[in-house]
Parts: sequence; structure tokens; C-alpha cells
Amino acid sequence: MKCRVCREPAIIDIRRHNANFCAEHFVRLVHDQTRKAIDGFSMLEPGERVLVAVSGGKDSLALWDILTELGYEADGFYVGLGIGGYSDRSGDRVRDFARERDRKLIEVDLRSDHDFDIPTAAHVTRRVPCSACGLSKRHLFDRAALEGGYDAIATGHNLDDEAAVLFGNTLRWQTEFLARQLPVLPARPGFPRKIKPLVRLGEREMAAYCVVRGIDYIVEECPMAVGNKHIGYKEALNDIEDASPGSKHAFYFGFLERAVERFADALPSRSDDGGDIALCTRCGTPTTSEICSFCRLVDRTAGAEPVQLTRKGRPIDA
Amino acid sequence: MKVHLRNPNRTVEIEGPISVVALLRRLELNRESVLVIRDGALVPGDQKLPDDAEIEIRPVISGGAT
Repeated sequence: MKCRVCREPAIIDIRRHNANFCAEHFVRLVHDQTRKAIDGFSMLEPGERVLVAVSGGKDSLALWDILTELGYEADGFYVGLGIGGYSDRSGDRVRDFARERDRKLIEVDLRSDHDFDIPTAAHVTRRVPCSACGLSKRHLFDRAALEGGYDAIATGHNLDDEAAVLFGNTLRWQTEFLARQLPVLPARPGFPRKIKPLVRLGEREMAAYCVVRGIDYIVEECPMAVGNKHIGYKEALNDIEDASPGSKHAFYFGFLERAVERFADALPSRSDDGGDIALCTRCGTPTTSEICSFCRLVDRTAGAEPVQLTRKGRPIDA
Repeated sequence: MKVHLRNPNRTVEIEGPISVVALLRRLELNRESVLVIRDGALVPGDQKLPDDAEIEIRPVISGGAT
């Protein structure tokens, strides 16, 4: 196998591009694809400040590295989720990355700052852990970005993530979710712009990028997410991709080009001047009810007996 | 050769030499879902792995559903 660009020995094959790359030209490909997504979807203007939501996993640490390499002022934001040793190890990866590259990292810890953690929230609310986790991270990212005066929040969602979410939303015809599934969500009162610069890159490419760039990420899967539907959708899509390379790209980008606008009327009407949206009486976040969903979660969960976890982060009595 | 796998962590012995693609087929793994790593470097699909190689097969699928 030879690199498509320089004909030197390749280190990776990317079947949907029908091409192989050496380390140098693979890194260039990843940077070029990210730049193409940022420019093509008008995610960032030159000189804008961006807050990168980092988990310690491959996608978010790679994204932080790529945005920095592309010349953006990119700081990191990490939420300690309290998922036992898994959270300890992922937090260490994030802090090591920031220290080694001299980047600014903002941290919030759910247990120390809000008196709850994700396993306990899942137990108290009797909902899947990913629900409380996503809700908490979205709320805290939004707040940190607004308080820090950042122009946008960037997340490490890649092509596989977006294709899997699209697959799930389509299976159930979740029209409101389909209408919202865009690589950029513009800012509105109380919420910063949200961007997904990795949508042109697959999950395997992001892991490979970390190996090539020497980024030490947490390889183990979140113990709360193991076996969830989202991962099952990814495996199903990879079976299709294996038989027909390029399917995931065609599915997601075909949706963006030809379908997403057809779901626009599924969005609830929302005034952009913020006039008909109340502010949460606890934290000031715009909300449709008196107290926002994060503060309601804190109300229900804070102070509850913490769920005990194994060293790997699985609930002991599960 | 020694092949280290994850989820759960385990090591299996596979007779070499064998190409990366053939190794993944033997282990019934999807090429889209894993990386093959030897001595900290990526190994491309057509490369033959000698019998004394030590290999990590690293899954790349991750993520919660939010």
C-alpha cells in the first residue's frame, strides 16, 4: 500500500476515499477535511474564540489538537461526571493533554460543584445514564461558553456519531430531532453557537489521528454507555459500510443536502428575541418552564445517597 | 503471535505470518470498527504480520446516546 499523495509506504487505508495515506499526508487530510467542514458550514470566522467540550476520548482530544493546529484560539472544557475510576482516568488524560500543550482548561466537577454524579442521577431519576449526562453537559457547556465570552462551543461528534443518530431518528421518525440534526446550531439568546467540525471524518480516522499524533486518550468505553442503542446502530452501519464503502457519508450528507429542510416545520415555534421564553428562577438559563431541566435534575438528585461503583465504574448493585 | 483484544481485555495466540485483513477476518472483526497497532504504530490492511509479532487490536466505536 502506497500513499496516494507521495507514493511512500501508507499507514492507513480509507476505503470510502478509495485511498491510502502515509502519516504526514493522513494528518494533512484530517486537517483539510476539518477546514472544509468549518468553511463549508460557516462554523467559525478567523479569530473567533472557541470552547472545545473535551471528555478524554479520542474525538474531543483530536478536535482540540486540530483546531489548535489550524490556528484557532481553542480552550478546553471538561465535566467530571463522577463515574468512578473511568472519570478519574479520563480527567487525567484531559489534564495531561492541556498541560503538555500549554492549553487553557476549564473544569467543572458534578460531585464537588453540584452535589451529584451521573450514576446517582440515573438511579434517582430511573432513566438511562446518557440522558442525565447529556443534559448536564449541554447545560454546563452553554454556561461556561457564555460566561467565558466564547463565540462557539465545538464538540467532537464525527461522521459515525451523526450517521448513527440519524439512523436512530429515522427509525422512529423523530421529526423534531431530524430538523435539528445540523452540523451548526446558530446562537440564540442564552445559548452559544454549537459546531461539529469533525462531521466529515470517521471514527476510525479519529482514533488513527490520535495514534499518529501521540495523543493519549481513554480507550475504554464509558461503563454507563456499554451496550446502548447508539453503539448498536454504529455496528449495524459499519456492517453496511464494510459491504459498501461510503454509505455512512452518503446517508448523512445526503440528508443534509436533500432532506433536512423538509423537516423544518416540525420545529416548535420559537421567538428569537427571547420575549416569550422565561428565565430559570435558579440559574437564569432560558427555559419554557419556571425551573430549567438541569436545575430540576439537581433538585431531585443533589444530596441523594451516592451509588457505589466498581473500579471500572459499574454500579455495584446493578 | 500475541494479539491483545479489548472489551473484554484478553490475549489470543494466532499463527503467523498472516495479513492484517486476514487476521481481522479470522477474528470476525469489522475493519471499520478497529485499528491494528504494532509497537505504537498503525499497521495497514495489506501488511503481513510475522509469527513473532505482538499486536493490539483497538476498537474505535464509542459514545453515549444523548
